[in-house]
Amino acid sequence: MAGKPKLHYTKGRGKMESIRWLLAAAGVEFEEEFVETKEDLEMLRKDGALLFQQVPMVDIDGMKMVQTRAILSYIAGKHNLYGKDLRERALIDMYVEGTTDLMGMIMFLPFQPPEEKEKNFALIIERATTRYFPVYEKVLKDHGQQFLVGNQFSWADVHLLEAILMAEECKPDILSPFPQLQAFKGRISNIPTIKKFLQPGSQRKPPADDKFMAQEP
Amino acid sequence: MSGKPKLTYFNGRGRMESVRWLLAAAGVEFEEEFLETSEQYQKLIKDGALLFDQVPLVEIDGMKMVQTRAILSYIAAKCNLYGKDPKERAFIDMYVEGTADLMGMIITFPFTPPQKRNLALIIERATTRYFPVYEKVLKQHGQDFLVGNQFSWADVQLLEAILMVEEKEPTVLSNFPVLQAFKARISNIPTIKKFLQLGSQRKPPPNDQYVATVIEVLKKD
Repeated sequence: MAGKPKLHYTKGRGKMESIRWLLAAAGVEFEEEFVETKEDLEMLRKDGALLFQQVPMVDIDGMKMVQTRAILSYIAGKHNLYGKDLRERALIDMYVEGTTDLMGMIMFLPFQPPEEKEKNFALIIERATTRYFPVYEKVLKDHGQQFLVGNQFSWADVHLLEAILMAEECKPDILSPFPQLQAFKGRISNIPTIKKFLQPGSQRKPPADDKFMAQEP
Repeated sequence: MSGKPKLTYFNGRGRMESVRWLLAAAGVEFEEEFLETSEQYQKLIKDGALLFDQVPLVEIDGMKMVQTRAILSYIAAKCNLYGKDPKERAFIDMYVEGTADLMGMIITFPFTPPQKRNLALIIERATTRYFPVYEKVLKQHGQDFLVGNQFSWADVQLLEAILMVEEKEPTVLSNFPVLQAFKARISNIPTIKKFLQLGSQRKPPPNDQYVATVIEVLKKD
């Protein structure tokens, strides 16, 4: 039964945000049901809706999908954002795994004990500027194309933009050594579906704050 | 220039083991280069061989692939172990993510300070979160394989996870009769049977020497 995909998660970014980005980039409207209390989560579990008792869960095309990467891969494949052959797919997979690792560090920061936060924050900045961003800068510079893979907009581009913006929230001038990424950011942000998602009133969620942290069921 | 895939990693399981399993299951012969010194690792980085300065690295079909999931997805698709359509693929992806999460707890175990290690949690997760799911999937459709009535990456990874947990707790499958049958069935597939025999490229569980080597190789000056 086709209908809008329905996202089940807390009312914050977390692991669901990349899915919101990808659906938005693909121009797919979606609904959201927010897990706000422990009872909400228990009810989903009791209903057998969560394969491994965890969210994110996306109800899409008759499947109750869980596991972020599985969901993202399915959406990318469905909406032609996964390259045109196996090799392009492999490159996209590699690139998104990199941005996933970086965003994972940032996502996890609010959950760190206070004495670890400063050290981990510094590590995030170091990793972004010496391990991850140089790779994407070089990829774009080497082929001179608008998009990371196959001269065509893909999941990898959406994910990289998301990671860039997340990193900039940590350190606003973080892209200063990376002119290609600055241009990339400008370009991808201007794609109509992305532009719309970046505007206030969209389903994009704000960064985690103390209130969100307290809400975690 | 195609030839055998070449795997670069430590001489132990870690994150590369799932790749070894999948290649072996697909009947693909592969070569291995073992990282033993910090200098080797630094040289790989300097040569630009590691996209994100990390191993696993698998050289395959002219690509230097990194990131375990990307590597496994590529091999699965190439060797027809990824289902026949996007929905089967989606189920395979969900199932392997589950087993990867479970195995991830075991992979990091020897690198966790002893006082923080939680074997009981691993066994609890295996017996209450993960194994019941696969037991139910197999019971409900009554087929030999997890997805689409066809051998896939999901079956390989589930067997790997079962054996890994059994090494920690030999009776862990006692409440899962369907998984017991699955384990026997998949273990008897010729390519898998061969991989389970002595002398294969399957690696033993990590020991102190393995942990020391990993730490030494990856150390920062």
